[in-house]
Amino acid sequence: MSAPDTSVPPASPLHLAVAFDGTGWHPAAWREPGTRPGELFTARHWVQLARTAERGLLDLITIEDGLGLQSGDHLAEPERRTDRVQGRLDASLVAAFLAPLTSRIGLVPTVTTTHTEPFHVASALATLDHDSHGRAGWRVQTSVRADEAAHFGRRQIPAVGRSELDTPRGRALVAELFGEAAEVVDTVRRLWDSWEDGAEIRDALTGRFVDRDRLHTVDVEAAHFAVRGPSIVPRPPQGQPLVASLSHGYEPSLLAARVGDVVFTTPHDADDAARVVDQVRTAERAAGRTAPPLRILADLVVVLAGTEAGARDRLARLDARDPLSSDALVVATTPAGLADRLLDWRAAGLDGYRLRPAVLPTDLDAIVDGLVPELQRRGAFRTGYAETGLRERFGLPRPTSRYAPRSGSATVPALLPGLAPVPAPTTTGSPA
Amino acid sequence: MTRKQIVLGAYFPGVNHDTVWSDPASGSHIAWESFEQWARTAERGGLDLLFLAEGLRLRTRGGEIFDQDVVGRPDTFTVLAALAAVTEHIGLAGTINSTYNEPYELARKFATLDILSGGRAAWNVVTSSDAPTGENFRRGAYLGHHQRYERAGETLAAVRALWDSWGSGAVVADQASGEFLSDARVGDFALSGNQFDIAGRFSTPRSPQGHPVILQAGESPAGRDFAAANADAIFSRYQRFDEARAFYDDVKARVRRAGRDPHEVRILPSAGVVLGDTDAEARERHEHIHDLQVDPWTSIVLAEMVWNRDLSSYDPDGPLPDVDPTPEAPRWIEGRAPLTQDPHATAAAWREIAAANGFSLRETVKHVFDRAVFVGTPEHVADEIDRYVQSDASDGFILGSHVTPSGLDEIVERVVPILQERGVFRTGYDGGTLRENLGLAPPARFGERRNSGRRAAVAS
Repeated sequence: MSAPDTSVPPASPLHLAVAFDGTGWHPAAWREPGTRPGELFTARHWVQLARTAERGLLDLITIEDGLGLQSGDHLAEPERRTDRVQGRLDASLVAAFLAPLTSRIGLVPTVTTTHTEPFHVASALATLDHDSHGRAGWRVQTSVRADEAAHFGRRQIPAVGRSELDTPRGRALVAELFGEAAEVVDTVRRLWDSWEDGAEIRDALTGRFVDRDRLHTVDVEAAHFAVRGPSIVPRPPQGQPLVASLSHGYEPSLLAARVGDVVFTTPHDADDAARVVDQVRTAERAAGRTAPPLRILADLVVVLAGTEAGARDRLARLDARDPLSSDALVVATTPAGLADRLLDWRAAGLDGYRLRPAVLPTDLDAIVDGLVPELQRRGAFRTGYAETGLRERFGLPRPTSRYAPRSGSATVPALLPGLAPVPAPTTTGSPA
Repeated sequence: MTRKQIVLGAYFPGVNHDTVWSDPASGSHIAWESFEQWARTAERGGLDLLFLAEGLRLRTRGGEIFDQDVVGRPDTFTVLAALAAVTEHIGLAGTINSTYNEPYELARKFATLDILSGGRAAWNVVTSSDAPTGENFRRGAYLGHHQRYERAGETLAAVRALWDSWGSGAVVADQASGEFLSDARVGDFALSGNQFDIAGRFSTPRSPQGHPVILQAGESPAGRDFAAANADAIFSRYQRFDEARAFYDDVKARVRRAGRDPHEVRILPSAGVVLGDTDAEARERHEHIHDLQVDPWTSIVLAEMVWNRDLSSYDPDGPLPDVDPTPEAPRWIEGRAPLTQDPHATAAAWREIAAANGFSLRETVKHVFDRAVFVGTPEHVADEIDRYVQSDASDGFILGSHVTPSGLDEIVERVVPILQERGVFRTGYDGGTLRENLGLAPPARFGERRNSGRRAAVAS
């Protein structure tokens, strides 16, 4: 542990999120002592993780999900392996379950945009926001796999391997799915806006429960879906829950720039972090973003131990069993070493990090009991929760409903830029 | 002779004229605290299940959002999952539409709810009743009556096949041997029918109940047959003793014809309860509540649901409309299930009621829409509930009150203890799952059970 470093002036505190997936992000995690693989499909598993994260004052938790079984590669069909964690609970319902059992931490389930109904997605996340008193978020994800499309049988998605991403076919598929994702998010946001604040008036004198002039249809007609609206759920406490997505390149950054609040990125060193931040800002300009700038969090897979050697040994032991291949940088270090790196990279313009514990709960415990106190000593992390709302925690204003009348304007303003075509990307990214 | 044990559920007074939002005791219909309070009360009373309805579009009248009733409700799945966290024993039943949901997602969400709640999930399978709801969904189109039931049948069969596609012991999670799954083929499914052609691997392990409890509300002959073939419990709105007996006999006979044991299916009418210290006080209170539920304006709207036209120029205290219903016209009130399949016959029946009793329009509507089945002292209400059940007019009730969320309190505090003293209602939860609490057998594996989706088959 380092001594407090008083020579560095306190900067704005880091944002720290933690990403939950199964028994951790390492495929061999479930074999580790201290994990509870037999409890993975129980409420207890999730409650204990969420409460630990909240004890650590973390900004939010994300919960991975998908419309098919896990595979080593997001684009590939799962191998029929029996030696890895397979199967998941529905992330949005896990988040809902956690809402009354936590009080301050943000709850951000992954919900895909490709086969789901925007109306249901909007209702579920608005309700999560009501039930959690303003702590709901959404990790937007596309569903690119052919086997996932076959689970729905409504639409064919061609199988595209990672090596084919930079072919015309691969680029077309990515553009289609990310374009649709942007439309879905925009539609969901419209549904959240479709009830103006205070629409429920309960005016017993006139017998009116709502002021129907403050309810609005959204009338979206997209290629793959249509929604008339208004929402069935009154406007959520945050106005709009926090929208986050993962980006590995320009196309996903564009999606985030068009419709997101937070973007998770995967830089591999400090220079890369600067490049990623630049890419996100470029995408924002290309998209004509008028909302507040994206909050950029860098993803790291973390393996923590009391000594550097111990951490490397842990990773080596895990890899010997079943090697980890990751889009994000894998960091095996001490809590203090991790704190050094987080503060070092931050200079690139990052707002914070989303840590993916390699082993749960082991590395989560190390984050909460080791990293967090270390960052607090350095004045780089909160010592208590100040805000209740998740948007507020990221310094994001509560959006006014785009349908609310504004003085001097007769037209319906869009909160986010419209979904008109944007300039073609100069580089290609892989889907989130 | 052993007396039948009574099944009791509670519905959340969300929308419809039953709930009186203008009552000063009424709380929010959206806020989490309302749902939590209601659920904790129900569990304190040892009730079998909670029941949440679903909304997929706002109601309109003449194309305008109908603003007089409670408008808006939270997402059913999300609220039930949150309630799973603050309750331990009570069943969690949700109405979820089979027209605008896909089997893969339905199966995952109910399996997840069953896992998170430790085996307390129940699905009330409904089909969409009107075309404009489709405007909110990808499907986007209206399915005719026959297709809706075909889709419901295929959806249920597919969902059951997905629930069955993981073996009970599929998750081994043996750290020493390195075997996480016992079989590489877990989750395999392939289903094809007129509505679906789907295949792949399901992603959620088998849940504690295997199959969450299936609820149905069948009205039409097709609906009754579907329910009789598929449901573990059937809701009804047949509440008066004779009609309840008739429905009970009819549906149990259909269950038998479907090749199932009639004891496997619980029949549960919904019932409003109004209590008083004396019968006279209860009747007076009921009259007051009923006046608020079917106020002059609501009586016009309910008549409009039959006549399918604007009746706002009619006097609620005057006679029934002298014009005929226009069922062929575009729907005047959208987003609400129709009150009748035969508006002309219903209008004629209402006219007879009005003529026989000298009723005004509003008095007629109040007569028809008296949802308070049980009005009286707690002893009287307990007597009546018990009489219905022991006489095979029902197996129990889904209880409601006009006040959200505290209306359930007095039922739990004053009626339930009497039923417990008589030995016809549990004093504590003994079963682990909703299925066990309802006395239902574990589900047969798919294919071993008769149902309407027989053309579907599991590949593995």
